[in-house]
This record gives sequence, C-alpha cells and structure tokens, in this order.
Amino acid sequence: MPPEDGQRARSAAEGVARASYGKLVAFLAARTRDVAGAEDALSEAFAAALADWPSGGIPRSPEAWLLTVARRKLIDAARRRQTSQGAADHLRLLAEFASSEDDEKPIPEERLALMFACAHPAIDAGVRAPLILQTILGFDAATIASAFLVSPTAMGQRLVRAKNKIRQAGIPLRVPAREDLRDRLDAVLEAIYAAFAEGWSDPAGTEARRRNLAEEGIWLGQLAASLLPEEPEALGLLALMLHAEARRGARRNERGEYVPLAEQYPALWNSSLIDQAEALLFRAGAMGVVGRYQLEAAVQSAHVVRRRTGRTDWAAIEKLYDALLALTGSPVVAINRAVAIAETRGPAAGLEALDALAGEPRLAEYQPYWAALAWLLARSGERETADAAYQRAIGLESDPAVRDFLQRRRQEIALAVSRRLRADPG
Amino acid sequence: MKYMLLIFGNESAQQAASKEQTGQMMAAYGAYSQALVQAGVMVGGDRLKPVSTATTVRVANGKTEVLNGPYAETREQLGGYYIIDVPDLDAALTWAARCPGASHGALEVRPLWAM
Repeated sequence: MPPEDGQRARSAAEGVARASYGKLVAFLAARTRDVAGAEDALSEAFAAALADWPSGGIPRSPEAWLLTVARRKLIDAARRRQTSQGAADHLRLLAEFASSEDDEKPIPEERLALMFACAHPAIDAGVRAPLILQTILGFDAATIASAFLVSPTAMGQRLVRAKNKIRQAGIPLRVPAREDLRDRLDAVLEAIYAAFAEGWSDPAGTEARRRNLAEEGIWLGQLAASLLPEEPEALGLLALMLHAEARRGARRNERGEYVPLAEQYPALWNSSLIDQAEALLFRAGAMGVVGRYQLEAAVQSAHVVRRRTGRTDWAAIEKLYDALLALTGSPVVAINRAVAIAETRGPAAGLEALDALAGEPRLAEYQPYWAALAWLLARSGERETADAAYQRAIGLESDPAVRDFLQRRRQEIALAVSRRLRADPG
Repeated sequence: MKYMLLIFGNESAQQAASKEQTGQMMAAYGAYSQALVQAGVMVGGDRLKPVSTATTVRVANGKTEVLNGPYAETREQLGGYYIIDVPDLDAALTWAARCPGASHGALEVRPLWAM
C-alpha cells in the first residue's frame, strides 16, 4: 500500500474519532449501560478501521462503519460472558441491534443522556467532570489525571469504579424528566465548568493539556447549549466561559507578569468571543429564569463594558454580586462583592463588607480573601495591616506570576511607608 | 432491575415514640407498601424486630461462635427492607424517597445480583 494511503486512513479514523467518539459511545452505552464495554468495542473498531481502510478505502460513512463493527464486537463480548446476567444482556442486545442494522439511518444524538449519567448524584462529585471528559471526548486517564493533579493510577481506578457504578447500580442514560431536569442539569453544568476551570487555571497557557481542557470545556458547553437551547443556565454557562476565554491573552503582559482584570488592555480581549457571549446572555435573559451562571456571565459583561465606555460598570457588578450572594451564600462571592462595594462606596465600606466574613474558617487559607483584604486596607491607608495581609496572600498563592504581582504590590506599600516615615520622622 | 431498599433509623427514638406516633408511622408504611403493590414494583419486604433480639453467628476454625447482639453496633440500625423491581436507579431512588423511613432516618439503595 502507498504510505500516503495509510496516512490518509489514519487521519480519517482520527478525524472520526475526535468528532464522533462521544456520540458513538453514548449510542452504544445507552443500550447496555456498559460505558466501559462501549469504549472497548469502539477502540477495537478504530483499530479495525486502521487495518482495513488503507487497503479497502475509506467508507462513505466512516461513522456508520465504525458503529457496525463496534456493535459486532459488543455482541461478541456479550456472547463470551458466561453468567446468566450476561446471557440476558446478550439477548437484549441482539434484539436491539437486529432491528437497527440499517446503517443509512442517522445515529441518534445521545451524548447529553450520557452526560447526565456521568453527572448523576449517585456518582462521586469529584469524578463527574473526569468521567465526562473520558466518555464524551475520549481523553485517557493519564491526560485527565495530569490536568486534575492526581496520579494516573488513582484517576484510572476512580473512572473504572464510576463506570461500574453506572452499570451495576442501573444509572439510566437518559435526559431527566422536566421536574428533575433543572436539579440534574446543575451537576452537568458544574462538571463542564470544572473541566473548563482546570484548563483556565494555567493562565500562561504553557501546559498544552490544560489549555486543551479549557477548549474542550467550551466545546462541551456548546454541545449542552445546542441540545438544551431552552435552558437559560446552559446558555449562561457558555456565555461565562466565552467571556473568560476572550480575556485569556490579556492576563499576562509581554514579560509574562500577571495583569489584574482592571488593568488589562481591552484591545487585547477577543471581541468576537465577547460578542458571542453577549448574544447568548441576551437570549438566556429573555427566558426569565435567573441563575448562577447567567449572573456570573453578567458580571463579566459589566467588566467588558470598559472596551466601549472606558470604564467598568461597578454599580451593576455590585448589584449582580448582591443577587449571586443571595442565591449561593458563597463566601467567594462575598469577597468579590466587597471589592465591588469598595469601588462604588469607597474602601471603608468594602472593608466593612469583608469584616462580615472574618470568622469564616474556609477563608483562612483562601488567597483571594487575603489579597482583597490587603488591597482594601492599603487603599484605606492601613499600611501595616495591609502588609501583614499581603504576606498571608503571598504565602498561599501557588501561581508564580500572581505571587510576583502580590509581592510587587506589597513592596509599593512598604516604599510608601518608608517615604512617609522619612517625611514625618516623629 | 431489582433493588433492596434498606431502612436505617434510630431504634431507641422509635421505641420512645408515643402510641399515637407509632400508629401514624404504621399507617404511613401501610400506605407506602400498598402504593408499591399498586405500581406493580413490589417484590417483598419486612420489618425487622429490634437489634436487642439479634444474634450473630460466625464459624472460625471449624468452631461455631454465637454472640449476643447485632453484627455491628451503630447509632442507626437496620429496621426493615423492601425489594422492588424497577427499570433503573432513578426509579428506585424515587421510591426510596417516598418511604416514610427516608424522612426519619435514611435509606440505602442497593442493586441485587441477578440470579
């Protein structure tokens, strides 16, 4: 065979794998609840494609070809199973697939059902996002493990356990009925956002795997939004991720230093992503059901107003954080709200809002709390206490660029203090 | 799929309940059992007598040991169970939430091995 044919077959198989892996896994698993079995059958089908396509030519519908082979592999696997449970599954499969041998029919879209199974409340919350990445996108355990900072073995075990649970506990691959949809959708959106956030947490974009994860998170968000176009929170989450993605390049200056949002150049923001986000948010808003992601996206929207007006709409941001705080009660939201209050009513009012959080034990090791406190103290002229708060923040930060930024801020205050002491020595 | 709904609750609290409260609880369980039967999902179920009536047996080195008391001393005890036959976990969870025991203690939902 000429080498370019092998190359072409390989890239066709890879193209199909990327575009329709999750679709094929979802279609097969929806009928067996056996996600691991579906993945195995599909990987055998991909191997068969690489062996067959270079000589036999790429089929007219590669997806249907792969599905037919995977289906046969699944039935073979069921046949090999000796238990009576296996035999029952086998009969069900044969009956199911005998009636669906027609390869011309389009493959039904069942990825959303698979996502709902992966984010089911019976699945451990920490493994939901990794599970969606694996089943819908075909990421291997090692890649997922490195993104989520756990060992590949531990991640592999968690994923296997979760897939066993889906099969053995009988978790349905189904989009829930309307009365459960909103509650369950939260878990799906949370898992998608977690995948995005893992990618986002590498601001320099130096780790290809992580950057990839932010893109994949957006891709999943687009999938969810396109399959649930009437769910405002699905649109809100996509808007939020697009807003964040639009500012990726502006978060570091040319020297690789951290640039806080308020000091970023709007010219560096990706305006086409921002426009998409704004359109989504507008559509979601028209549906009249407010939620966490819409509010967070609206905060982003009030920040990027600066690209047109030259100033951030802090009054709107304060109101949005009021609503978010009422909705979530989250101390993280309360910190952001305090910062917004400092912008609208002065640093003393911001500090007062932050004071209400002082007893919150979860914040003792939360860097943004100390950084916000330090910033507001410094702006109130409380330089010594600000210095101590900066020290706490610096000690808790793991991103070197942000650490450098906090250290620069701290030095500026120290310089101001020594200047004042020199001017007024007694 | 068949699932067992294991009903865990605080036994001493139940024993301390007034006659009226106990009657109400029994009536609630009666209605729940009937609903399971009417939906065609009931396979079986029973209430267990208190753990003070439990005896634990194990055979170690060919020797049978009999101990007074339950296998595990816990704050909440297994007080009864249902076995239901429903299409999937979501259906089982919906039925578990309806069980009166879910509002007083907790229900564990476990799939059964198919024999």
